[in-house]
Amino acid sequence: MTDVPSYLKTPSSPNLKGIWVWLLTTDHKRIGVLYMISILFWFCIAVTLGLVIRTELMAEGETLMGSQTYNAVFTLHGVIMIFLFIIPGIPAIFGNFLLPIQIGSDDVFFPRLNLLSWYLYIFGGILAVVSLFSGGPPDTGWTFYVPFSVQTESGVTFTVLAAFILGMSSMLTGINFITTIHRLRMKTMGWMQMPLFTWSLYATAWVQLLATPILAITLLIIVAERIFGIGLFDPGRGGDPILYQHLFWMYSHPAVYIMVLPAMGVISEIMPVFSRKAIFGYKAIVYSTLAIAIAGSLVWAHHMFTSGMSDTAVFVFSLLTFVVAIPSAVKVFSWVSTMYKGSVLMTPPLFYALCFIYLFSVGGLTGLVLGAAGTNIHVHDTHFVVGHFHFVMFGGAGFAFFAALHFWWPKIFGRMYNFRKAYRAAILITIGFIVHYMPMLILGLQGMPRRYYNYLPQFEAGNFFAGIGGFIMVAGIMLMLVNLVQGLRKGEPAVGDPWGGTTLEWSVPSPPPLHNFLDTPRVKSYPYDFTDIMKQQAGSKKV
Amino acid sequence: MESPNQEHILSYTTLFGVLCILLALTAITIGVSRIDLGVLNIWAAILIAACKAGFVLLFFMHLRYETRLLQITFVVTIGSLAILIGFIFWDISFR
Repeated sequence: MTDVPSYLKTPSSPNLKGIWVWLLTTDHKRIGVLYMISILFWFCIAVTLGLVIRTELMAEGETLMGSQTYNAVFTLHGVIMIFLFIIPGIPAIFGNFLLPIQIGSDDVFFPRLNLLSWYLYIFGGILAVVSLFSGGPPDTGWTFYVPFSVQTESGVTFTVLAAFILGMSSMLTGINFITTIHRLRMKTMGWMQMPLFTWSLYATAWVQLLATPILAITLLIIVAERIFGIGLFDPGRGGDPILYQHLFWMYSHPAVYIMVLPAMGVISEIMPVFSRKAIFGYKAIVYSTLAIAIAGSLVWAHHMFTSGMSDTAVFVFSLLTFVVAIPSAVKVFSWVSTMYKGSVLMTPPLFYALCFIYLFSVGGLTGLVLGAAGTNIHVHDTHFVVGHFHFVMFGGAGFAFFAALHFWWPKIFGRMYNFRKAYRAAILITIGFIVHYMPMLILGLQGMPRRYYNYLPQFEAGNFFAGIGGFIMVAGIMLMLVNLVQGLRKGEPAVGDPWGGTTLEWSVPSPPPLHNFLDTPRVKSYPYDFTDIMKQQAGSKKV
Repeated sequence: MESPNQEHILSYTTLFGVLCILLALTAITIGVSRIDLGVLNIWAAILIAACKAGFVLLFFMHLRYETRLLQITFVVTIGSLAILIGFIFWDISFR
């Protein structure tokens, strides 16, 4: 089985040579790797910008930069992290690489469209860079709220167009995934035999497909407003500024679920593998995934409780926000229950997954404080929101991304990495994370507003600690990335199934061959049946 | 039901009929906009526009002759859009 050349040694077309093997590939696995390189590049840029923000805030007054530069830096940090890292992160890298394999296919349904999505992603990134040099860096924050985004003379137009292009890339990936799951799934694989990661990508793809056009149109309206001055959001001309917020959050709240649903899919794969036990409540997780996708699309206005919208809307959206907590809690319960009486094997992916469950739970519970209209009024636009958001997005989607990197790295590149360094990095990141973001929750409750480059003296201690945490966390991230890259050169060769997984990607060699499967894959009646794995383990112990 | 792979060609009569309906609905849109129905004005405009979009999709874009799965996908999409637009009225109608 190992004699078959891997996808890394086989171009998708025999005519391709040199760098074109990568740049013109239609192989979903190579495209996944292209995404990995470009997404990690942007991630490092955004992390650096984040650290610059926190360094500025470590001491009271102007230290590293003035207010205008600070505005530009936090805007770029947000835009890059959201549109170039978290949204595409798990679906574009791991979805592209693994989805076809998990459903027994040799590629996605539209391979060329897949490559086009990557080029759009790159083009959007370049446009975001261009925006820095066309009228000055954008200073609106990633939300581009009107009327400021229409009036500011900074380069918002290009930034908004960059987000528009990135949205198109995201939508095309979503269409590709939905079509692939419907049309290329093995005939013997029913819906309730699909791996949970694939299920999460399916639900995410629908949200991408339905919600992204709303943002795309809204962003184009901003451009039109800046160029033609239509007045759709200008009350002086019959427009409504709150309408902008509705349209923006109609996409951007579901976008939170575009970010976190695939993350939940990753955790649902990791927990049973390292508990050596069928996942608890497979169907409950599937239905929760769909419920989160649906209900999560209907709660956008909880970002607008202080905007001046009607009290009726505040009541309805607050109520719906609490509804979303139910399927999320079902998942957390299922993951923890999966470990109960399992044969738990600690590995770096599981370590990150466990950190995810803890940090995501904190993020979810602080979300309830914000979802309740009464308490929301008090902490709206404070550092509490920043802390909550990062607990969910970084503690959730970010840690799941790291878990996915460590879980599927051997599959993607065929090499293991150093476990000891991986644990050290994970511990540094986790400790740094808590020291970094926990003070923000407290600062917010004390009344420190977000997006200010300066603050009152009583907030200095909290901001100083947060800065220290930031440096620890970034040191951990650097160690993690260095360890993974070192693994490519020095790591032990990985076998086809290094962890003892049960889904189809573990039945092919590491790294997989160009067409994924050497023989027709055998679909299990239940995707997380560990009977054979446990028998093999018992057999090897006897020997 | 026809095979999804079979090419379907609509007659000129059908296409012309749909065109007439669309023009009539456009005339109704203009007519309704001149009557003060209060908050219902916007609902009427959205309803008529949705009907027009439906005719275009069903006949000009041949959705009526597609497979059940595509039709369900279409209905889900339109339903989602309707809910998203409808939910804005929790705010606008009660301000």
